[in-house]
Amino acid sequence: MSDRLPGFSTLAVHAGAQPDPTTGARATPIYQTTSFVFNDADHAASLFGLQAFGNIYTRIGNPTNAVLEERVAALEGGTAALAVASGHAAQVVVLQQLLQPGDEFIAARKLYGGSINQFTHAFKSFGWNVVWADPDDIASFERAVTPRTKAIFIESIANPAGSITDIEAVSTVARKAGVPLIVDNTLASPYLIRPIDHGADIVVHSLTKFLGGHGNSIGGIIVDAGTFDWSTGGKYPMLSEPRPEYHGIRLQETFGNFAFAIACRVLGLRDLGPALSPFNAFMILTGIETLPLRMQKHCDNAKAVAEFLAGHPAVASVNYAGLASDKYYQLARKYAPKGAGAVFTFGLKGGYDAGVSLVSKLQLFSHLANVGDTRSLVIHPASTTHSQLDDAAKVKSGAGPDVVRLSIGIEDKEDLIADLEQALGA
Amino acid sequence: MNHDSYPDNYIRGILNGVKSIAMVGASPVNVRPSYFAFKYLAQRGYDMIPVNPGHVGKELLGKPFVASLSDIGRPIDMIDIFRNSSHIMPVVEEALTLDPLPTVIWMQLGARDDAAALKAESVGIKVVMNRCPKIEYGRLSSEISWMGVNSRTLSSKRPPAPTQGMRLSLNRMSVGGGETAASDRAAKNKTEQS
Repeated sequence: MSDRLPGFSTLAVHAGAQPDPTTGARATPIYQTTSFVFNDADHAASLFGLQAFGNIYTRIGNPTNAVLEERVAALEGGTAALAVASGHAAQVVVLQQLLQPGDEFIAARKLYGGSINQFTHAFKSFGWNVVWADPDDIASFERAVTPRTKAIFIESIANPAGSITDIEAVSTVARKAGVPLIVDNTLASPYLIRPIDHGADIVVHSLTKFLGGHGNSIGGIIVDAGTFDWSTGGKYPMLSEPRPEYHGIRLQETFGNFAFAIACRVLGLRDLGPALSPFNAFMILTGIETLPLRMQKHCDNAKAVAEFLAGHPAVASVNYAGLASDKYYQLARKYAPKGAGAVFTFGLKGGYDAGVSLVSKLQLFSHLANVGDTRSLVIHPASTTHSQLDDAAKVKSGAGPDVVRLSIGIEDKEDLIADLEQALGA
Repeated sequence: MNHDSYPDNYIRGILNGVKSIAMVGASPVNVRPSYFAFKYLAQRGYDMIPVNPGHVGKELLGKPFVASLSDIGRPIDMIDIFRNSSHIMPVVEEALTLDPLPTVIWMQLGARDDAAALKAESVGIKVVMNRCPKIEYGRLSSEISWMGVNSRTLSSKRPPAPTQGMRLSLNRMSVGGGETAASDRAAKNKTEQS
């Protein structure tokens, strides 16, 4: 029982899981049940009042999901986590704890297109106002801060071009403004980047991508770093003020450095309802066990494919932070020394038509709107994920008309290169 | 003792070792953290004594309130102080007059008084500050994992099926403090600023 620190791969296999007390089952059982029987009336009251540890109803918590939560919290170096139905649900639940109608949050302009839509339109109807900043210009975050700013949101490796954000620099801005830094770590996974080590206060993921890794289950997760003091100035009443929903409990006072994760569960998940199915939690957990192996292969393949494309005459440009010539190469070396991820874009000399033609000729790459699958994927963002944006916004977010996005899988790299070669060449 | 970050073995040793706990500032109001920490520790088999001069003559879960530590009238292993940082010193000073001395003085989540800690440690008393014994017991036993909390422990052993009121094993393999070092650093910065 020495306080020795197990490595990342050990945590990926073991954290959060133990043999089932009742049956001895070693794999985590799928607790496919809506509800859990109380011992007696007093036990029920204690659970509802947040006074005892235990399960009530799967919309609030489930033992299979809890294993997933603890595992991702351990991999990210957080104090606690909450699994939800999707990455988008994670973002809603996080911001619900932080913003009141009329408040603002600052977001990096380079984001997953779905997040840009969610922030611009859906959140506007809640009175949560997004203010955009440029992740390549840290001062633009500083300029965007107002007294109503409640959070800053960035991606560690940003969609769609795989650019790397200077997390520490943005964290300094957040600290000065007295607001938490939220980092979407989906494209990096904690194997490549652990944002909490660089100053993130909250980490969110689409578990659908590299963590689950097999393209079979939608899910999302929120990790609490335990670093932010919610009590200052009454700025975050969901955490610092007595909650009428729970007989006047103050969450920060009661739960200390995991109060944010508890708020997300008992105020967010409970009342908004985006619960993750225990079956999906099981699938994602199984995926996480091989995350270190898969992620390294994804990165190694991506680098080989990016190098091939960079030397191809039909290719105008390649945006991959793992290439020494790339604008983000130094940031990649600092934040993601094991590899610059497996999602990147390249531009074709033939423009929009060449992009459409390439996608139609590829035989191994699947044309679909996802990333982080074992299989290699291709998409033309301008006509799909980013199609709701106007042309100027497309270019600003790295999804211009000539751009093709790849998500490199774990197949043999020679086969991926051969497929691209035939599709580009003919 | 470095009070910014405690090794798991230090906390484990305390929670495995003590049997009686006097809780100063225990509240009979069932939505106060002191109430449910008291209840949880009693359910896990600790001999709990509620100390609160405002409630003498009443009981907390069947245990009579006493007004002060000196009114307990028998040796106690640990004093758990549920008071603000500014009210810690008098309690520690009173604890130091007890014979025999308690072996542990524990200050709740949010409470920290380094001068009081030093005083207690100078006579050999172990001190924990800004932690909750319920959370630490739940963490080291991994019972708290039910809420998605990072217990920072691992085990490949099959645990017994939990029943009401049983004591849980705290002897799991620790992942160590490093995994939540960010949280400890933040707490330290906060202390230094205040």
